[in-house]
Amino acid sequence: MNIFANWAVPLALTLLSALPVVAQKTASQGIDEYRAMLADGNPAELFEAKGEDLWKKARGPKNASLEKCDLGKGPGVFKGAFVELPRYFADTQRMQDLESRLVTCMEALQGWDGAEIAKTPFGQGEQTNVTALATWIASESKGQRFNLSQNHLQEKTFYEVGKRLFYQRGGTHDFSCASCHGEEGKRIRLQDLPLLSKSPGDGVGFAAWPAYRVSNGQMWGMQLRLNDCYRQQRFPYPGFGSDATIALSTYLGVNAKGAVSVAPALKR
Amino acid sequence: MADPMRIRAQAAGDKTTVRVLMSHEMETGQRKDAAGKTVPAWHIQEVTATHNGKQVLSAEWGTAVSKNPFMQFVIKGAKAGDKIAVTWKDNKGDMRTDEATVT
Amino acid sequence: MKKNTLYLAASATLGLMVSLLLAGCASGPTVAELDALTDRIVKASFRTQGIANVERVTATDETNRACSEADAIGKRLDEKTAKAIEEANFKSIRWPADGKFLGDWRQGEAIAQNGRGLTWTDDAKMANGGNCYNCHQMDKKEISYGTIGPSLYNFGKLRGVTDPNSPEARAMLEYTWGKVWNAKAYNACSNMPRAGHMGILTEAQVRHVVGLLLDPQSPVNQ
Repeated sequence: MNIFANWAVPLALTLLSALPVVAQKTASQGIDEYRAMLADGNPAELFEAKGEDLWKKARGPKNASLEKCDLGKGPGVFKGAFVELPRYFADTQRMQDLESRLVTCMEALQGWDGAEIAKTPFGQGEQTNVTALATWIASESKGQRFNLSQNHLQEKTFYEVGKRLFYQRGGTHDFSCASCHGEEGKRIRLQDLPLLSKSPGDGVGFAAWPAYRVSNGQMWGMQLRLNDCYRQQRFPYPGFGSDATIALSTYLGVNAKGAVSVAPALKR
Repeated sequence: MADPMRIRAQAAGDKTTVRVLMSHEMETGQRKDAAGKTVPAWHIQEVTATHNGKQVLSAEWGTAVSKNPFMQFVIKGAKAGDKIAVTWKDNKGDMRTDEATVT
Repeated sequence: MKKNTLYLAASATLGLMVSLLLAGCASGPTVAELDALTDRIVKASFRTQGIANVERVTATDETNRACSEADAIGKRLDEKTAKAIEEANFKSIRWPADGKFLGDWRQGEAIAQNGRGLTWTDDAKMANGGNCYNCHQMDKKEISYGTIGPSLYNFGKLRGVTDPNSPEARAMLEYTWGKVWNAKAYNACSNMPRAGHMGILTEAQVRHVVGLLLDPQSPVNQ
């Protein structure tokens, strides 16, 4: 329970009644002010600290650290890795995003059962460690611009697959990603929706996750963000690290080329 | 043992701003889980801070403070190199102390 | 050490990817190959969870298929196809069994406010909400409304519905019912869900929503 929640709504209502001009923005402005106040002291930093610790600590059946993990820029290189993912990996011969790649490393270097981790629900068991690691790795690229490779055939292919997925209508409500994120300047209730079929700008959309969500006090990586989007679209469940989620991330990430990453961010 | 706090203390002239991010569930004891059972209260009750061993802040917290709470306060007369320590105690008797150096 | 794939999804794709590469496409896969690969990936990636069956994405209807394709290409559906889709959807509209189009606007407002139901964390026994405020403005008192759809404030008033029981209002009653029941009957690739057709709302619930929109006493028309 957040102590600011009680007065955010009265503040918004006061702003609305004070201005005679009908301002759809006024309630939004009130919420922006509330968010600005929250911005100091992002609890994501707690997860960053935990993630850094997990990277360096010897763990798992093989009692090894993750310090040799290759996130695409060579074994052990974590600075700048986040803004180049997803990418093609020669050793696994597949496209991988940050979270699936971390699980690959946890399996290869530390001896964990990757399939088990993938089956574990978010917020439980080793998944909490994957989230913390992803949060820290993302923080090590904070302020850098997204620059996903489109050199490998699979990278280009997954971009195309991701684009199709972005526009794929389904579920009981006929929703696609584009239903909410396919037009400029729209919002759902009072939540502004970035246009994701092109770069939505610095620190928005793909450039804003992992993020700490104040409303439920949870740290969310991109896998969980996509998962919950699909849930609200009334789709069936997308597997953790599945090709659909990675292709979609590839589409979003390539579109975000040049946008500055602010991850790990703070969300309502 | 609970996750560590993140403490930063920055001196600017005579004033030092201390910012603390604590890792704690802060359950109010009012919430019900998916099965309908009340989740028991589990929250920080007491927070104290010291500067070079001398207490400078003491607070009593209740259920209105949010999960993973952030606290900021200003103290006078601290300089770079001094030690700031923050301690919290919760209603289950668990406690945690973390330290930081003023920069 | 080549650690093979961790996830079932990857091995299904791996097979297709390798065959694509070996097929000698120096310029990359064709549009048809990409479409087929996307279908394969969808089947391998999604699973049934709770009440959300995997068929919701593997067995979508022609309306969704055609509109998804048009959206991805970035071109509107051609007139002929759009008309055919609209007619097919119009045929599927179930009109009120007792001929009553207008229900209770108070219940309509509650349905419009409610965004729950049909996700994999929802209970099949619970009544679904209409999700309306997510996209539309309706009652002016409600400031928390979305802008994905047009404002419906004064919906009935603007359309001159002063007496819903009059013969003059009949056409608007039918249009409103039809639109809520199956929005694609009037606009093939509408963004709006098909509340009645897809089983989101019951006939009784649709009646209440129509009431919210057309009842002259409804807050929407004040």
